[in-house]
Amino acid sequence: MADKKTVLVTGAAGALASRVMNRLQAQCNVIAVDFRRKVETDAGIPSYRVDMHKRGFEDIFSTHQVDAVIHIGRIFPHESDRMRRYNANVLGTKRLLDLCKKYYVRQVLIHSTYFVYGASPYNPALLDEDTPLKASEITQDLVDSVELENLAQIHLWRHPELNITILRPCNVLGPGVRNSMSILLSRPLAPVLMGFSPLMQFLHVDDMAQAMVMALEQNKPGIYNVAPDDWVPYQEAVKQCGCRALPIPSIPPILPRAISNALNWRAFFPPYLINYFKYPVIIDGSLFRETFGWKPKRNLNDIFSLYRRAKKMAA
Amino acid sequence: MKQGGDRPPPGNGTMVKLGALNLKDKLLSRIVTPEIDELVAKMPKPVGSFGYDPWGYHENAAKVGLGIVKWLYEKYFRVTAHGLENVPKKGRVLIVPNHSGQLPMDGVLIGYAIATNPDGPRAPRAMIERFFPTVPWLGNVLNSFGAVIGDPLNCSKMLDGDEAIIVFPEGVRGSGKLYKDRYRLQRFGNGFMHLAMQHKTPIVPVGVVGCEETMPAIANIAPLARLLGIPYAPVAPPLPLPARVYLNFGEPMFFKDDKLSEDEVGERVETVKAEIRKLIDRGLQERTKIY
Repeated sequence: MADKKTVLVTGAAGALASRVMNRLQAQCNVIAVDFRRKVETDAGIPSYRVDMHKRGFEDIFSTHQVDAVIHIGRIFPHESDRMRRYNANVLGTKRLLDLCKKYYVRQVLIHSTYFVYGASPYNPALLDEDTPLKASEITQDLVDSVELENLAQIHLWRHPELNITILRPCNVLGPGVRNSMSILLSRPLAPVLMGFSPLMQFLHVDDMAQAMVMALEQNKPGIYNVAPDDWVPYQEAVKQCGCRALPIPSIPPILPRAISNALNWRAFFPPYLINYFKYPVIIDGSLFRETFGWKPKRNLNDIFSLYRRAKKMAA
Repeated sequence: MKQGGDRPPPGNGTMVKLGALNLKDKLLSRIVTPEIDELVAKMPKPVGSFGYDPWGYHENAAKVGLGIVKWLYEKYFRVTAHGLENVPKKGRVLIVPNHSGQLPMDGVLIGYAIATNPDGPRAPRAMIERFFPTVPWLGNVLNSFGAVIGDPLNCSKMLDGDEAIIVFPEGVRGSGKLYKDRYRLQRFGNGFMHLAMQHKTPIVPVGVVGCEETMPAIANIAPLARLLGIPYAPVAPPLPLPARVYLNFGEPMFFKDDKLSEDEVGERVETVKAEIRKLIDRGLQERTKIY
């Protein structure tokens, strides 16, 4: 077993990480880490519940010879306040990267998000990886996502031996996924902004997991958008997922934010993401597709029908 | 005891819905004639599984748009177009006209002329003002017809996709100018020339005559425009007047991708401007009646 790579996966309790671990099990020694709970794993897979920005985290690196890290674990804005989130996401990642340097980890995969580009009315479509990240200009609640990216980018050029790959996926959906878009489309009633239906991109969580495994196997450091070559307006996606649209007045811009705050929609239609339901953030995923030879296996209809079916089952 | 007669007959709701649907269908079939169906079928674009391209273009919306503009083009503005054979049948091209008339009616009419070009129809894209996406409904509708905001990255990716793109280098300086300044070309931005050179794209200059008279503005209430967050607020007729419109398409101009200073690029822009001025003069001479 000594010749097998040892891969540490953070956020192991999540839908994406568990799929990544399943795929890696045969070829690697996997270590599961999560700050929420100690994840149930198959025999032989060590599992830890640990906060990355706390001291106990280092013990994992000193007991295991970690070769690669897949960093998925993140606190979503709806799960915690800004301060705690900053500590966990930004300082936690900083600590993770420091430990990677100290213990000679040879490969790091960072799971970022397309949110970092920011939803601005001036966005052109098909954003390249070198587009400036403007999310923090729009809301303070996304500062931690942008900071995390910056941190990873600094390490990417300063420590080439870490072989950092940063992936910026579009909306990831699928069974068990608990990001705000997935929670939103699982609801019978989905808020939509009157007069705005921005184009969006969606990816099945299995395809995303496959993308991460390929990025790990091929080890081509850099920054990549991960998105399919397909686009659909938000309100069409709402309809296709079997949701009823709940129109929300969009003008003046303060109004939808106030409504979201008043009705406590933080989990699925949070005030700080309103702009993403107003203006498109379409990313160009061709660099990743061509570099790694990856192609999503599930199309938009496959993804939407999952949500449609789940609603029919519940009814 | 239940009495069947008290209740509306079952299925009434669906009947009403069907009626509404019929009305919508009827209206649609009036606008989207088989002729337009056939036309759009001739200019396919690469789209995703729901029929949208990455900028939001949708074929069905484009059909409705063409259907409505057909009436504007033929009956309302009674457009005369010359030189459509100068628009290449395929491959990338930048269509560069003068801009006027407060509303982007000139872009709409040029777009229709190119879409119905007997020498080879194309679905053109128009680069529009950056404030449009912030206007509810209108932003999405314009996108679905094929218009996108005038960002160099948009333009460059579309040229790589061999599209025909309408660009107004005057921008709001042109469309928002007052009636007293009519047919006086405003400052041209250099962006279109850089794109043409980088992407080895021919430029087809267009002279538009008539749009100036559709919305003669005597003043611009700048504070009101600032308040509403729009580029200008003209004192003008509430709706476009039915002026006759003349479109003159010039011969394609080619520019090599030389390493030039900004001043030299500006000189090239001036040659395009001069060509447009000639085409405008031709249109003005040809015009016998304004309305």
